Amino acid sequence: MKYFVIICFFSIILFGCTNVQDSTDNINSLSDKVYIENKGSDTMVNMALYWAEQYQKENTNVSISVTGGGSGTGISALISNTVDIANASRKIKDEEIDAANDNGIQPVEYIVARDAIAVIVNVENPIDKLSLQQVSDIYSGVISNWSEFGGDDRPIVKLSRETNSGTHVYFLESVIRLGDSADKTIFSADTLLLPSSEGIIAEVRENPNAIGYDGLGYITPDVKVLAIKNQNGEYILPTVETVNLNSYPISRDLFVYVNGTPKAEILAYINWILSNSGQKIVMDLGFVPILGDN
Amino acid sequence: MQQKKKNPSEFIITKTIQVSGLSSILFVLLILYFLLSEGIPAIFEVPFKDLFSQRWYPIEEYFGILPLILGSLVVTLGASIIAVPFGILTAVYIAEIAPKWLAEILKPLVELLAGLPSVVLGFLGILIVSPFLRDGLNLPTGLTAFTGSLLLGGIALPTIVSISEDALKNVPVSYRHGSLALGLTRWQTIWSVTFPAARSGILTAIMLGLGRTIGETMTVMMVTGNAPVMPESVKALFLPIRTMTATIASEMGEVASGSVHYHVLFLIGMVLFIFTMVVNILASLISARQLKRSERILS
Repeated sequence: MKYFVIICFFSIILFGCTNVQDSTDNINSLSDKVYIENKGSDTMVNMALYWAEQYQKENTNVSISVTGGGSGTGISALISNTVDIANASRKIKDEEIDAANDNGIQPVEYIVARDAIAVIVNVENPIDKLSLQQVSDIYSGVISNWSEFGGDDRPIVKLSRETNSGTHVYFLESVIRLGDSADKTIFSADTLLLPSSEGIIAEVRENPNAIGYDGLGYITPDVKVLAIKNQNGEYILPTVETVNLNSYPISRDLFVYVNGTPKAEILAYINWILSNSGQKIVMDLGFVPILGDN
Repeated sequence: MQQKKKNPSEFIITKTIQVSGLSSILFVLLILYFLLSEGIPAIFEVPFKDLFSQRWYPIEEYFGILPLILGSLVVTLGASIIAVPFGILTAVYIAEIAPKWLAEILKPLVELLAGLPSVVLGFLGILIVSPFLRDGLNLPTGLTAFTGSLLLGGIALPTIVSISEDALKNVPVSYRHGSLALGLTRWQTIWSVTFPAARSGILTAIMLGLGRTIGETMTVMMVTGNAPVMPESVKALFLPIRTMTATIASEMGEVASGSVHYHVLFLIGMVLFIFTMVVNILASLISARQLKRSERILS
């Protein structure tokens, strides 16, 4: 009797194991689907989802999973070899390349789209244009009231993405420091760091004191986009045309990174992204297609 | 075990229970070891002066954790100011005043509040509480420490109400009868007899409720604005603030493992661990004292 109990106990454990093993084997052997893991920039996550959806419709043997999390999250996943394609809204850093090489990963870069950062305020705010210097002064805390620009007498509430966002780093380097790498100005401590693009749009929509920035792809019509002065002294609103013509001053490239020369299926997917059908999705989502450059 | 010397099934069962009991100690020790081994290096990598400076901006090597510690304290204090009186009064009402049928509806309802996911509370905070506070109090922004405190109060409330109510219920009925027989009113009975008798249970409830608020992350990250400002006066309650939990949650996913920033985040985790540990030890000390007193009464 007692041995029977022991045998039962172990056989339950063993049967449990074999069952699980069998079922996963079945899934693998039944389909020849190619799985592609795609992860990274929150700025690009919507676009990546549309790409994946459209591509899977055209190529039923490919299954693509897309997740966000931020450019750094995607790149660290590529470094630890847990994704096939990493999306990034900033260039990979040197130390990240080193870390990747240490792990036997060779990051290869593709520019897949362009993006512009729009500076936004509440629709009730009378201000409708600023220079980069003025935006920098606001975010570094030099100016703290809208009346200094001829607006209402209201405190300025500064909104930003969290420090882990590629958009945050890009804004810091190209707007707050005006592209000067020796400049050590940083965001004023009272800048609100919000965890999502939606959080910034929501607060700007509700709060007449607020100023925020976000990728052009995320801007909704219920906030006011500011025109920004470029180096020619013209105030330019961010649109697909102005970014393509390089006249809007806050725009950047969007990248995907893969490891070395990837599998044929992954390469085919990236080529499709760079093709007309992929770039049409880029345009539909308010980003700027790469073909415009050529 | 004693009646039959060797019964293998019983042996297996007792061992299984023993292992699962001991494993929880093992897990806590492993977590503690992991936390210390990842957090301690930060003390050597970042000069003490920088660690206790007033600026937190890790991507440019500003590692001042002071604004984060104080931020957590401000939000927790605010939450306790809201949740403690409200929670105790609710408990008194349920235990002492409400008719039985109402108490039987109220208590499960309050406990249901504990099951509310914190991310849902955060949504409520962003969509309703924050715009309401901005307009109502004429603040620059509604994403403030106070907004966080209000919502965290809601998180601490079920714990405080439920445990305080149990403590009040455990006060022997004879105490109340004696007090009423001496001619005290119902209010005087509650205030000077029942309430003091249940005092240690209520203190434990407060401690456990506050323990939850210090560790709460999602709601705080969504509604406090996450600006690492040094709180300078009472006004800080109505300004944006960044807590330790929100900092760890939003930065840990991004940080290169083994970097200085990574170690400092673990150091913040250690500080947080010490905070909750102190609160929990206080809570158990209080309930241990209660035990001694009840033993004294019985003897």
